[in-house]
Amino acid sequence: MPALPLDEAGPYVAAAYLVFLGLVLVYVAIMAAKLGRLERELTELNALARERADTAAPVTGGTEEPILHE
Amino acid sequence: MYGKGLRPLAITTALVLTGAFALVFFWAPNDADQGLIQKIFYVHVPMGIVALGGFVAAGIMAVQHLRTGDARWDLRSYVAIHLSIVLAVGVLITGMIWAKASWGAWWVWEEPMLVSFLVVFLLYATYQPLRFSIEDRERQARYASVFAVLAGAFVPINFAAIRMAEAYIHPRTFATTGGGLPGDMLITFLVALAGMTLLFATLWKYELASKHATFQVRALRRRLLGEDELAPVRRSAAPTL
Repeated sequence: MPALPLDEAGPYVAAAYLVFLGLVLVYVAIMAAKLGRLERELTELNALARERADTAAPVTGGTEEPILHE
Repeated sequence: MYGKGLRPLAITTALVLTGAFALVFFWAPNDADQGLIQKIFYVHVPMGIVALGGFVAAGIMAVQHLRTGDARWDLRSYVAIHLSIVLAVGVLITGMIWAKASWGAWWVWEEPMLVSFLVVFLLYATYQPLRFSIEDRERQARYASVFAVLAGAFVPINFAAIRMAEAYIHPRTFATTGGGLPGDMLITFLVALAGMTLLFATLWKYELASKHATFQVRALRRRLLGEDELAPVRRSAAPTL
């Protein structure tokens, strides 16, 4: 089969490379969403650890820092 | 620590892939027969090779899991299969685009290369449902590893069978006889293949690091709240450590 002229072949080539780029971007976006969820969980756990440290401090008389810091 | 060395790996991947695409569009000559559409080859074939290589690598990791019983090998195998499926989707779509431009049809059922790749893809498409269907984590990991080993062994057998098939119109990347690719095209192809392999390695490490961080957070939550306060773990296809 003879080669397609440049103006006809161009969109096909662009589409193939955009598919690749799109797949990578979708993958990164999904991973970014997971990272966001992880960050929210860590913030929540950090707050919990601080709360625990604050309530435990008067009882033990210690001045321990919370496990996690922002 | 799966995140170790991720940054230099990611930078190298970005550089090599950018270099590869620069070579594709500014250095590699247009194919005398196919013209510009042959440029699709530089993204389609490396994706295919890396996807199939990923399936085989996942099989080897699954063997390690079955030998040692170490759940980390199951996780590595799971992530490798997951990424290979993503790349396989890319192979199928870019292949269809190339087929439409070159053959005038999106799909040719008589062509063994296309159909066999679809068979491999569909085979691995059952991996996640298989995992999800088994509730017991240990059994899930063991069955998934057996699947990964058997399917991983099927990939090179399938590849060899297609190379031996006689009736085909799909071009062969590396001709079994004759000259094959000319030098500048071959260099461009090899750089693209290196870039795709590095991308696979980067995303594999990235996903493993992400999953490991999730497990660490879960363990921290367990320590802070205790087992009783935790919501029951949802049924999932993904492995846990």
